[in-house]
Amino acid sequence: MIKMKISALIYIILAIAFIVIAPHFFDSYGMGILNQIAIYITLAVSYNLINGVTGQFSLEPNGFIAIGAYAAALVLLSVDQKNDLFSLEDPSPIILAFHTNSFILALIIAGFSACVLSLILSFAVFRVRGDYLAIVTLGFGIIIQKLAINFPSLTNGSMGLNGVPLFSNLYWTGGIAIIAVILILNLVYSKFGRAMKAIRDDEDAASAMGINTFWIKTLAFSTSAFLEGVGGGLLVCLLGSVSPEQFGFEFTFVLLIIIVLGGLGSTTGAIVGSILVIGGMEWLRFLDELQIKIDILNINIESMPGLRMVAFSLVLILVMLFARRGIFGDKELNFFLSKNSKKKGFK
Amino acid sequence: MDSILFFQQIVNGLSLGSMYALIAVGYTMVYGVLRLINFAHGDIMMVGAYIALLLINCLSPFINTTLLDNHYVLAIFIVALIASMIFSSLVGVIIDKIAYKPLRKAPRISLLITAIGISFFLQNLFNMIFTSTEQQFPVPPIFEKMVTLGKVSMTLGSLLVPLVTLLVMFIVLILLYKSKYGIAIRALAFDIQTVNLMGINANRIIAIVFALGSALAALAGIFWSSNYYSVYPTMGTLVGLKAFAAAVLGGIGSVVGAVLGGLIIGLTEVMVVAFFPDLSGFKDAFAFIFLVFILLFRPTGILGINFEKSRF
Repeated sequence: MIKMKISALIYIILAIAFIVIAPHFFDSYGMGILNQIAIYITLAVSYNLINGVTGQFSLEPNGFIAIGAYAAALVLLSVDQKNDLFSLEDPSPIILAFHTNSFILALIIAGFSACVLSLILSFAVFRVRGDYLAIVTLGFGIIIQKLAINFPSLTNGSMGLNGVPLFSNLYWTGGIAIIAVILILNLVYSKFGRAMKAIRDDEDAASAMGINTFWIKTLAFSTSAFLEGVGGGLLVCLLGSVSPEQFGFEFTFVLLIIIVLGGLGSTTGAIVGSILVIGGMEWLRFLDELQIKIDILNINIESMPGLRMVAFSLVLILVMLFARRGIFGDKELNFFLSKNSKKKGFK
Repeated sequence: MDSILFFQQIVNGLSLGSMYALIAVGYTMVYGVLRLINFAHGDIMMVGAYIALLLINCLSPFINTTLLDNHYVLAIFIVALIASMIFSSLVGVIIDKIAYKPLRKAPRISLLITAIGISFFLQNLFNMIFTSTEQQFPVPPIFEKMVTLGKVSMTLGSLLVPLVTLLVMFIVLILLYKSKYGIAIRALAFDIQTVNLMGINANRIIAIVFALGSALAALAGIFWSSNYYSVYPTMGTLVGLKAFAAAVLGGIGSVVGAVLGGLIIGLTEVMVVAFFPDLSGFKDAFAFIFLVFILLFRPTGILGINFEKSRF
């Protein structure tokens, strides 16, 4: 146990050291990608809690991230900015009433607004089991998008919000990613985490053992919603603007690829997956600008926008078909370092 | 609101609802045999519409434009429709063979993720090839002809869609209840192991289910694009989700329920927009609100089918 704590401490120190050193080694482009990776680590780790650890297949992150992003943006914009920005309709008094310059407060508000919504949603979806969660949460993401477009007095409609102060830097994004990972790991190794894993493996058996499956699932759902809201807040302060189109289903899809690639249920896997997928997406950017000329059919395709996403969906399908356990399975990094890994082997 | 407008809205609602119903049948049948929400089903509808569009565009130049006759246009449309249905059912079967068949014994979550992967793959593939701009769908002029029944006037197209759907549903039900394959499909929904023991090739029956569902989805896709005059790569997502909501509303696993659910959702959507124009921005949300309420109060749907022992 002490060994585990020491190794955890070493990882944390290494991560902090990296955050401190990174600005000296990367230019602004690289820092932008690092920021994105850090935000995606927060998102992926929290998404993994509900999807991988608890085994409830939910597709909601884009909705909660959108809520977090909008909440943070609306709180951080000053009254004058809001009055200038809202061109479709006058901002409603509720929007004007809240304003803060504190980034941390904005993030907490972003997290809580997503969390409250997740609590309401969980009453509807956890009453029944299984696949319905997927479809309702997918619909939820779409409804959030529609609401953002159709309430111009709250969200400035499809015009979106811009001019949000750019608070996010690697200290914030990286710091919150570390806190999120510590929080999630502590939760996973607590009695609640064991209950979550029990639900994933066999819900009936877990229920028979006296676990209140509904509350455990709600706990996992709202924890991940909180962190996704915070991630949305970080994202909006990194990009400076927010619009409804930004939070389509593609967002959830990228997170899904991350956790599937890393291994469903593994927090280490989610971290490694974020680095691989977000880094890979930047690296594969050339695919979108690829020029293909096929002489036989006389077709000259100037560029192939979207080829990148085709490649990523193929990656997801192939991982699912041939390497369903992903890179880490449901194991953590410690498992591979400890002596136990040799004794127990892989299941 | 006067009664004429009301009846017109009913026809519109039935027309929209029968498109949902056509897609919902595919969802409900696949769910019945595999217990899988086939996320790619909505995108097969999009594939069907694109294939029909390509075929119509390919075939049209062969006709002398000066002699452009309505009958020729209609003939091309029907040829494209049938060819697209056949091709889409092939696409459905291929998807099943490549992506779902290796995962028959895997946990259901893996199947769901693969289905999402396929859905996203199809969308992005078509987005890459045809770009994301909406393309005009050539509708035979005969579909736009106005028909008057009593005082109510409507386009022939919006009248034809429910009629064709009804006919197709009738054929599907006869197939399910009278043919040998239909019996096998229903048996599969009971118990896949026993079906294998009885010497039925379960994989072939599943392929038939996918073929049938995909053909119906393609039909719905062509109706959809002739109704809205446009085709675009993401058209299937929202429609597919609503159709799934319709399938759950009717009681997932039941073909009649899917049709019923589709009609109810279509009618509600049209009626709410007609009576409360303020809410028209939210018309896409009704299906999901429906879905949440069904899940809360009657998870087995209208026809009361227990989805642990699903029946057609």
